[in-house]
Amino acid sequence: MSQIWQHICSWFINFGEQLHFVFIEGDRYKQMIAGFCNTLKITAGALCIGIVIGVVVAAIRSSYDKNRESMKLRGGFFYRFLGFLNAICKLYLTVIRGTPVVVQLMISYFLIFVSAKDGVPVAIFAFGINSGAYVAEIFRGGIMAIDAGQFEAGRSLGFNYLQTMWHIIIPQMFKSVLPTLCNEFIALLKETSVAGYVGVIDLTKAGNVIAGRTYSYFIPLLTVAAVYLILVVILSWLVGKLERRLRKSER
Amino acid sequence: MNDKVLIQVQGLKKHYNGGEVKALDGVNCEVRQGEVLVIIGPSGSGKSTLLRSLNLLEIPTGGTIHFDGVDITDPKVNINLHRQKMGMVFQHFNLFPHMTVLKNMTIAPVKLLHKPQAEAEKKAMELLERVGLGDRAKAYPSQLSGGQKQRVAIVRALCMEPEVMLFDEPTSALDPEMVGEVLDVMKTLASEGMTMVVVTHEMGFAREVADRIIFMSEGVIVEEGTPEDIFEHPKEERTKAFLSCVL
Repeated sequence: MSQIWQHICSWFINFGEQLHFVFIEGDRYKQMIAGFCNTLKITAGALCIGIVIGVVVAAIRSSYDKNRESMKLRGGFFYRFLGFLNAICKLYLTVIRGTPVVVQLMISYFLIFVSAKDGVPVAIFAFGINSGAYVAEIFRGGIMAIDAGQFEAGRSLGFNYLQTMWHIIIPQMFKSVLPTLCNEFIALLKETSVAGYVGVIDLTKAGNVIAGRTYSYFIPLLTVAAVYLILVVILSWLVGKLERRLRKSER
Repeated sequence: MNDKVLIQVQGLKKHYNGGEVKALDGVNCEVRQGEVLVIIGPSGSGKSTLLRSLNLLEIPTGGTIHFDGVDITDPKVNINLHRQKMGMVFQHFNLFPHMTVLKNMTIAPVKLLHKPQAEAEKKAMELLERVGLGDRAKAYPSQLSGGQKQRVAIVRALCMEPEVMLFDEPTSALDPEMVGEVLDVMKTLASEGMTMVVVTHEMGFAREVADRIIFMSEGVIVEEGTPEDIFEHPKEERTKAFLSCVL
């Protein structure tokens, strides 16, 4: 019995020494923290860009789909203009969803922003553009799923199209797409782990660099995995809480 | 009732697929101020399409609709301003599920007529009391019965102080025991002089409340007259055939 106890103790002492060696010596933990910050920065930035693009693209696409019939009858410049915007949005969705995010990231860094010294803004840009395409389709699905009677009720009271969207449709849409949207954010957080391709030291890259320096893969990689896991768990918990609060109004 | 014509419909057409389907095929009618006009007819006869055209929820493919003397089918007209004066009640209520009853009723007057919130709420509470729902102001639509929802939908439209109320089969989605409470509200409204256009299958209501009845079939008005004309002395064969089915 005491022998097993000794083993466990020595393993922990050993583990402590390992931790000290991997993270504390040479202040390598600072790299880890810097990487963690970059991951958060890229995710948060891309999230904001993605939501803005998503709302705009979804609004254009669903407006076109919903009003095509009636606008064709009334005709005019606005109908053609919306048709043009809709075509651009469709092209954007096809290209972005049809190519890997790593390739888009590298195109952004090596072909578009050639003179960029810092990869982080470029990564925010690339991931934001990428995420926008997925968020747009999530929002559009949410808008299309809402009963047409809600639009009609809003319009019959005298709200114009945008007011109906803003006061009546979007609040209902947001509630129903929240779980899917959360899924997209989790995917985005983890996708940023390829930012190392353009020289950004994100969480994954930091773990990899430390592993390379110390020839010890076990602790750095498991630490990286654990940090992602904790972030995702926190995110899911927050969204779950928000969801419960929004649903309360319906019971 | 006076003789002022509130809504004048001329040659109204609604064709689909380039004329293959004719939901409305040249409808002429008028709605006078203060009257209750009931539209009846078999399903697919175009009565709902006609009603929904009156506030341009359906865009007609031909003809004109004059409301208060303005041709609202003209694309240059701001239809939103005219819709504010035309209340509408739907078959499926279409209350906003994410808002309380009170918010459902006050959002349009506050945002569109720029009424102060307190004033809009006072008016909404008065209306709710009148339809017997004063205690449900803070409830959400999902907590109401069908009849209660439809009564809220009616007073929601009334909050905008419309000149005319359009009812699109307001009792068709209700359980039988709830039909009466909704019809009662509509009868009260009619007796107070509200101009109403009602599409319904409730022949008893039509006979009792209507000033004029329009019978539609296959996209055209077949017969038009007082309840007595239509129910007691129908002239057209199609009217007789329809009435023998529903009475």
